[in-house]
Amino acid sequence: MSIMDYNGGSVIAMVGKDCVAIASDLRLGVQSLSIASDFQKIFPVTDRIFVGLPGLATDVTTLHEQFRYRVNMYTIKEEREIEPEAFTALVSSTLYEKRFGPYFIEPVIAGMQKLPNGGYAPFIAGTDVIGCINFAKDLIVAGTASEKLFGVAEGLWEPDLEADDLFETISQSLLNAVDRDAYSGWGAIVHVITKDKVVTRTLKGRMD
Amino acid sequence: MDVSFAITGKGYVILAADTTAAHSILKVKLDEDKIKELSPHLAMAYSGEPGDTVQFAEYVERNIRLYQIRNLYPLRPASAASWIRRSLADSLRSRKPYSVNLLLGGYDTNTHTPHLYWMDYLGTLTEVPFGAHGYGSYFALSLLDRYHDPEAPLEEGLAVLRRCIDEVAKRLIVAQPKYKVKVIDKDGVREIEF
Repeated sequence: MSIMDYNGGSVIAMVGKDCVAIASDLRLGVQSLSIASDFQKIFPVTDRIFVGLPGLATDVTTLHEQFRYRVNMYTIKEEREIEPEAFTALVSSTLYEKRFGPYFIEPVIAGMQKLPNGGYAPFIAGTDVIGCINFAKDLIVAGTASEKLFGVAEGLWEPDLEADDLFETISQSLLNAVDRDAYSGWGAIVHVITKDKVVTRTLKGRMD
Repeated sequence: MDVSFAITGKGYVILAADTTAAHSILKVKLDEDKIKELSPHLAMAYSGEPGDTVQFAEYVERNIRLYQIRNLYPLRPASAASWIRRSLADSLRSRKPYSVNLLLGGYDTNTHTPHLYWMDYLGTLTEVPFGAHGYGSYFALSLLDRYHDPEAPLEEGLAVLRRCIDEVAKRLIVAQPKYKVKVIDKDGVREIEF
């Protein structure tokens, strides 16, 4: 059993038409013993960026605090909010700092990127434990149910989904994947990000 | 073989820990207090590697006290939990990590709410309505899933705790003869004869 699977938990992010969605389960366990069913793994970075941190739970909290600090410093120094691409680079370099004793987290980033013409484009990215970035155009999965998430999500996802359809797609992908994973589940949370608002919904899941 | 439980209820947190100090297969002490009172409205039940536990608990106690002396007001439960978690998380990636698991119970005198935090030696922190550490957790958590009521008065909370202790006594091979029980509510931390 890998340390990556010690606490359980999964995150998924998807791109839609002028929107992105990111979702996770809410379980915190110690191997197969469940401790809490309200453990957040997704955190807001700015009004338009969310980061999901599946992996070892102690590092979820440590990295969340670390990112909060570094984003605050960035905002003060630059006198503007961080953009998703810059935040992804920040995540990557933060993880690579610990190249030979890594944080056991595979972050997933989802946000709306500001364009030079004033519009917004959906953005998602993922990294491995040492910060190697994966800029995906469609979807990113991570966590103990990642294999199942790949299967379900690749079957359900299609390009240019509207916000409501994207919510349905990501929710069904996550709920059905975590039902086949003993280490993920116990409810889920979904954030759908558009250029001017974020809709957050908490889903009930199977409690077994 | 440490066993500890914690339950929240209407305006209180109950912490319970067995009182045996074991050395290998020997019980060397039967009235060890494994619940440290950190401040007027904060207490923590600790378990884990003997030696590390007391050392770490005293380190936490003195730092929480230092904060209170410097600032003239005590740390609130959430802040104390964050500070303790950070200590454990930093320790985890040091040459000799502390191997200590904690249940931190506190009463927030500003919002008048009880809080219970479950924490392990890795620095995993989560707020829970009830929690347990050690072999007792395999029995107590499923019992508490069924019988815990966050709005229960103290008497009912203690009755549920009794169920947990009885179940462990009945089913675990190593029965814990005695428990120390402490309640944290608006009046502070107090010990209850159980």
